[in-house]
Amino acid sequence: MKSFYRSFGAFCFTTLVMLSVVGPENVSATSLDSFTGLEGTIAIAGGTAHIPVMNDAAKAIMTAHPKIRITIEGGGSGIGVQKVGEGLVEIGNTGRPLSEAEIAKYGLKSFPFALDGVAVVIHPENSISGLTSQQVRDIFSGSVLNWKDVGGKDAAIHLFTRDEASGTREVFWEKLLNKGTIATAANVVASNGAMKVAVSQDKDAIGYAGIGHVDNSVKAVVLNGVAASQENAMNGSYPVVRKLYMNTKGEPSKLVKAFIDYILSPEGTALSLKYGYLPLK
Amino acid sequence: MATAVSAVAILSILLLLIYFCLPLFTWDRLSQVLSWHWQPVAGKFGILPMCAGSLAISILALALAFPPAIGICTLVHVLSRGLIARFLLILVHFMTSIPTVILGFVSVFVLVPLLREWHTAGTGFSLITAALTLSVLILPTIVLVFHARLERLDPLLRLSAEAMGFTPIQQMRYVLLPAASRDLVVAAVLGFGRAIGDTLISLMLAGNAAQFPGSFFASIRTLTAHIALVLATDSQSMAYQSVFASGLLLFLLMGAFTFILQKSAQKTGDRYREKDF
Repeated sequence: MKSFYRSFGAFCFTTLVMLSVVGPENVSATSLDSFTGLEGTIAIAGGTAHIPVMNDAAKAIMTAHPKIRITIEGGGSGIGVQKVGEGLVEIGNTGRPLSEAEIAKYGLKSFPFALDGVAVVIHPENSISGLTSQQVRDIFSGSVLNWKDVGGKDAAIHLFTRDEASGTREVFWEKLLNKGTIATAANVVASNGAMKVAVSQDKDAIGYAGIGHVDNSVKAVVLNGVAASQENAMNGSYPVVRKLYMNTKGEPSKLVKAFIDYILSPEGTALSLKYGYLPLK
Repeated sequence: MATAVSAVAILSILLLLIYFCLPLFTWDRLSQVLSWHWQPVAGKFGILPMCAGSLAISILALALAFPPAIGICTLVHVLSRGLIARFLLILVHFMTSIPTVILGFVSVFVLVPLLREWHTAGTGFSLITAALTLSVLILPTIVLVFHARLERLDPLLRLSAEAMGFTPIQQMRYVLLPAASRDLVVAAVLGFGRAIGDTLISLMLAGNAAQFPGSFFASIRTLTAHIALVLATDSQSMAYQSVFASGLLLFLLMGAFTFILQKSAQKTGDRYREKDF
């Protein structure tokens, strides 16, 4: 009898939790109609930048079509490629284009869906507001060690960079550092979030993060006179940008194709904009 | 039966690691991986700085945690046997249940700014930050293992020492610690094992710069944090294969340290045996 009450209580609790999470949504969007009649599971894994967009899209789709299940994980661009290549997920997200070796080994197809800019970030109370590309390169390679050499106060520069697997780092390194070296003594953090925490806590810190992640806790540096804003990334005046890709193994199935089309549709584009990314057009 | 299962499990992990490392066992690739520079963009995949970092952080954490652990054991076992002892033990038990990530998270917001202000040339993320937090992590392990052993010692030892006029601290120092010296080693090895295998604390606090630990305030990377950071990278690259080498090296390091400690403990001898009646 006791175990009956316990399991009944657990059932009630779970139902309450589920009801509170799946609230009333406005599901009158027409792109969702392309999912009618389809059912199945889509497993998605990969870059952490994509997660907020994918999560909202999945919620909208699953609410309108309960027969479709979508699961989303992170892990980074490398994990995304591996998982989709080995057939563990249907879509692998990357924040960088696929390498030749990856395409050759797994036979993957890429679908870019948004643009993301990478901004150089510093502490909001840092007196510097703008830097040139050359100054940024010197700072990150370790040849400039003090803020006073670039116009700030007399304090040592604390460098923060991302791990090797990071798509954000790859874009920053290719487009801004021109494939130059990053100092060995730079601290390595494992995500955009960790970068923000590190920089917002340290008055002498400098690092880089996706433009969509920049908020009031850090300050985005004006690069060569161009502010690191979404508008500038879109019109091409801010050079440090990358595309976000969805990758599938071979041609996507009907359900997966519908999901990809949804992300590229006006509703999907609105989601990208909401999280600080830019549509491709 | 259980021993056989664990032995087989450990052996198979070792064999699997060696199997994945096989592509690396060509001379120039091996020398690439066993070098002192980690810079994937320049084609350098040396994991030795991370190896040094792992050893440095574990030995430092052990050195920081061991004296307080013995102190706590002395307090609990010999100096005060009543409520205070029970309270301390409960506290230590509670410490074992704190998730590693909570310790790391709290340290990021509390310890790192403190160290940054104290040593202004550093960023706060350094060897000493991680070692301090790691010592908090391994302290309960050492205390509990050693305390369990002390409790099992022949009570006649303590009674005889008391009768001969030893003060409690003298009893601990001249009678009980030598009698339990083997288990001091066991406790130290367990603490060291926990320290060297810990990923999150060094990932969040040590700075992760792939360089040789030059000073206590330098940013360093351990083998475990290295595996965590590089694991998500392009699986066809050399950097990824270095991850398997790191795993193998970690395994071998731990084994070597255990072996050395066991051998040195045997040398000091087993002069005081437990008396069974």
